[in-house]
Amino acid sequence: MSNISHSPESAGGNLTARALREGIFAGIVALGLFVLFVGLETTQNIRNELVLNQRWGLLAIFVAVAAVGRFLTVAYIRPWMDARKAAAKAPAEADESFFKRNFSKIAIVALLIYPPLMVMLFGVQGSLKWVDNFGIQILIYVMLAWGLNIVVGLAGLLDLGYVAFYAVGAYSYALLSQYFGLSFWILLPLAGILAAFWGMILGFPVLRLKGDYLAIVTLAFGEIIRLVLINWTEVTRGTFGVSGIPKASVFGIWSFDVSAPNNFAKAFSLPMSSAYYKIFLFYLILALALLTAYVTIRLRRMPIGRAWEALREDEIACRSLGINTVTTKLTAFSIGAMFGGFAGSFFAVRQGFVSPESFVFLESAIILAIVVLGGMGSLVGIAVAAVVMVGGTELLREMTFLKAIFGPDFTPELYRMLIFGLAMVIVMVWKPRGFVGSREPTAFLKERKAVSGSFTKEGHG
Amino acid sequence: MVSETMTTNTMTADPILKVEHLSMRFGGLMAINDFSFEAQRGEITALIGPNGAGKTTVFNCVTGFYKPTMGMITMRQKGGKEFLLERLNDFEITRDAKVARTFQNIRLFSGLTVLENLLVAQHNTLMKASGYTVLGLLGLPGYKKAAAESIEVARHWLEKADLIARADDPAGDLPYGAQRRLEIARAMCTGPEVLCLDEPAAGLNPRESLALNELLRSIRKDSGTSILLIEHDMSVVMEISDHVVVLEYGQKISDGTPDHVKNDPKVIAAYLGVEDDEVEEVIEEIEEIEGTAGGSH
Ligand SMILES: Nc1ncnc2c1ncn2[C@@H]1O[C@H](COP(=O)(O)OP(=O)(O)OP(=O)(O)O)[C@@H](O)[C@H]1O
Ligand SMILES: [Mg+2]
Repeated sequence: MSNISHSPESAGGNLTARALREGIFAGIVALGLFVLFVGLETTQNIRNELVLNQRWGLLAIFVAVAAVGRFLTVAYIRPWMDARKAAAKAPAEADESFFKRNFSKIAIVALLIYPPLMVMLFGVQGSLKWVDNFGIQILIYVMLAWGLNIVVGLAGLLDLGYVAFYAVGAYSYALLSQYFGLSFWILLPLAGILAAFWGMILGFPVLRLKGDYLAIVTLAFGEIIRLVLINWTEVTRGTFGVSGIPKASVFGIWSFDVSAPNNFAKAFSLPMSSAYYKIFLFYLILALALLTAYVTIRLRRMPIGRAWEALREDEIACRSLGINTVTTKLTAFSIGAMFGGFAGSFFAVRQGFVSPESFVFLESAIILAIVVLGGMGSLVGIAVAAVVMVGGTELLREMTFLKAIFGPDFTPELYRMLIFGLAMVIVMVWKPRGFVGSREPTAFLKERKAVSGSFTKEGHG
Repeated sequence: MVSETMTTNTMTADPILKVEHLSMRFGGLMAINDFSFEAQRGEITALIGPNGAGKTTVFNCVTGFYKPTMGMITMRQKGGKEFLLERLNDFEITRDAKVARTFQNIRLFSGLTVLENLLVAQHNTLMKASGYTVLGLLGLPGYKKAAAESIEVARHWLEKADLIARADDPAGDLPYGAQRRLEIARAMCTGPEVLCLDEPAAGLNPRESLALNELLRSIRKDSGTSILLIEHDMSVVMEISDHVVVLEYGQKISDGTPDHVKNDPKVIAAYLGVEDDEVEEVIEEIEEIEGTAGGSH
């Protein structure tokens, strides 16, 4: 604060000195804190004796991180943030708004050219990782989060068991294709319908509950579905899961089975590779996700979508306007569940294998976290959150250089949840309403003005 | 005096809302006890009474938010169709019986824009027009027309409520008085035959209060909607209501024209909080005061 009155160079000198001081201080504090925690380690050896290991190197890293981090924060990051805040007050530049306005179009085009680009950059086989691990993985979560967004973001119903509908969709495809030999294109809509149907069945008794109670019961429902899948072994094969799920075909015209006469690679006389199937799946999930977005955007402008948002804002007022809140909630629940079902059947076709392990509560929590991080109700925000969260954790697998710092036993994937949680805390402190906190009005008289997040509510039921 | 008002009522008797022997018990508290009254079609009926008298509870019974312990509430529509409101759900009362309401503590959809608030109120009309979403999703022209009409309805009420300039702002951003008017406009967008207003003038300044009187009068005149009004602000009650019902401790203590009620000793006693035997004194005092003021009636 007092720096403002100083001339710039003396302020700069002051700042560095202060940063140094605070950095050293932080280092000392870290040393005191961690000397016993990190510097010393007790382990049992083979003879069951306690041994004291000294880890001064690791301790030094901790202290150095604290000291340097503090120094950088005070000297550079904080002034930079202040400067940015000041800049934000100035009117936004025109070219930035062009990018923002056309963000979704640019993103869709980028996604369409993503697989060919990856093939060009990394070759057919090398593109597998980028298309499958990053592209498909992220898009599945984008679609799931968009589906859940209808329930949580629009209608304001806190659903902690969304993964149940994902499971219904996945097992619908897995089992019906195994027992009845139906193709993916018949089972995809069927899986959605079945999931929607389960959404209704769950919805009827549950939607009379509100807030925390609703959350707990949906959580229980998610667990029930998982336990049924584990224990109904005659049909679902329990924890072993269902394997050998048939692949999807390009509308029955080209198949991706190696032995099939109409094999895709053979038809175009390309070298055999599983990459084509993955690229096909990428476009499939992209189409499904875009369908979810399109339907959500359309529904928001329909009376039913407005009723959902009104429900989130004030349920009693809704009833005073003649809106049947039970059916309104049910439609939100079952339409959200339907997209979960679509995504589930896609998941089954992509993995070729489903087991109850894929549908644990953690999945529901991650999907919900993406919705909350993205900004409830905002499709763009949610997509960004999915990229950051899912892409970020996938990226961890790539960070082999971390092994060089933390030793060869260090597996970054294991720290996935830790980093996920940390990132959530940071984002929520920095943007409490998620990446996109404002909402787009669904109708306007003169001009479309975004509604600031401080007016919208999260819903209580 | 009572018989006089009764005769004037029976001459034009066309009750739109009839409440008979209404009782509402909360545990040991009899919030409303054997309360009966009628609201005439096309009139503004005011329900007044001291704090905690049970006025809001009556509204909640009429609009289905509470199920009354006893009693019968009959709504008779223009076409002669009758509804027993105590048997309907809250949303059916608005949707089918055409009784709309506002709340004592404003309940707007604060994160939706002013216009959207009015569109949500036309939910049932639009739902039908959109073929319960299915046809609308396919983009049929029928729904587009209905959507455009609904915006026109909203524009009409925005103009009436003097909110047209704020149409695209979030409802939560409006000043208090405007929020009250918006809540009334929103209730009107459901196309009601009876509009129940719970203290619409609470927290308004005198100028806003006058504008409110104008709005209510024009609602009655132009759309023929009957109004049931709870109000503490006597300048509003006496100015615009045709009929006043007074409630105290859940029981009716007076019922008649504003002038009749104003001079009813029981009402005066209730408002000033005196014992029954002191009522005579109070009346004398009031007459004295009115005499010095030059006799306002
Ligand atoms: N849901 C409820 N549960 C228990 N008691 C209630 C409930 N609603 C109202 N009451 C009680 O019923 C009585 C009447 O309340 P009501 O709100 O109808 O009064 P009111 O006439 O509207 O008062 P005010 O002028 O202050 O709005 C009060 O004693 C109140 O405490
Ligand atoms: Mg009240």
